[in-house]
Amino acid sequence: MAVLTIGIFSSLVGSMTPDFMFKLSEAALEKGHKVNIWVSGNAVSLIKNHQKHLKDYSTGEKPLAALIQKGVEVCTCEACTLARGIQKPDAVEGVQWNAMHWYLAKVHGSDRVLHMGGE
Amino acid sequence: MADIKLAFLIQRPPYKSENPKLGLTHAISYQTVEILLEDGETVTPTVCVVGEGVLGCVKDQKAMELYGITSTEMHVKSCLLVDLDVLVCKEDLARFGISEDMMPDAEDMGADKTIQVVPYAEIQKVIENANHVLFF
Repeated sequence: MAVLTIGIFSSLVGSMTPDFMFKLSEAALEKGHKVNIWVSGNAVSLIKNHQKHLKDYSTGEKPLAALIQKGVEVCTCEACTLARGIQKPDAVEGVQWNAMHWYLAKVHGSDRVLHMGGE
Repeated sequence: MADIKLAFLIQRPPYKSENPKLGLTHAISYQTVEILLEDGETVTPTVCVVGEGVLGCVKDQKAMELYGITSTEMHVKSCLLVDLDVLVCKEDLARFGISEDMMPDAEDMGADKTIQVVPYAEIQKVIENANHVLFF
């Protein structure tokens, strides 16, 4: 089993990068790997609860919650998230809140790092 | 592995995107990462500024005055203050007409480090020697 850490910085709506990230994480889990996800920049929209899944837009809430249920550690950048008006009660259950050193620490313990940059 | 080398590649301009500042703040966070690591484990970041990213290395930016936000310049200075190596690509600086006297230092903040203007070949070596490369 390997450890994969993903840093995701792209917004949920307007980018297909988070959709790819969900599928890749799921595939890694199925192969028995450990997955960590760091959410930063505009990607913090992923962690908002009560998303309405309109068919024209990607949704992050359900796939994120499913990954957390399967043991994926998901952490959002507290500063990036609060700056966008998302408070802790607004987050999908199980999402961790921390500073950027969380990402660096997970990178330290990872076999592979996939850094998916923002816009 | 006790020490992990990270190359933070800053390649976006200091406008339209928060990426450059995010890259710099992620690099700066190495200062506190030890609270989440085991004894003896360290992270050593190197900031490499290339392409349009070099546009963020111009001094006297007025981001606070005009937009009420911290400038990319201030983030670069903070990197120097916390003893990060900041390498800026010489060829890209020449491409944008930026001379070394147009670049900031953090002497006023008490930093010992200064920006290092280096040929891209040297940045390439940093990338090759890094355990992970993070693109911003």
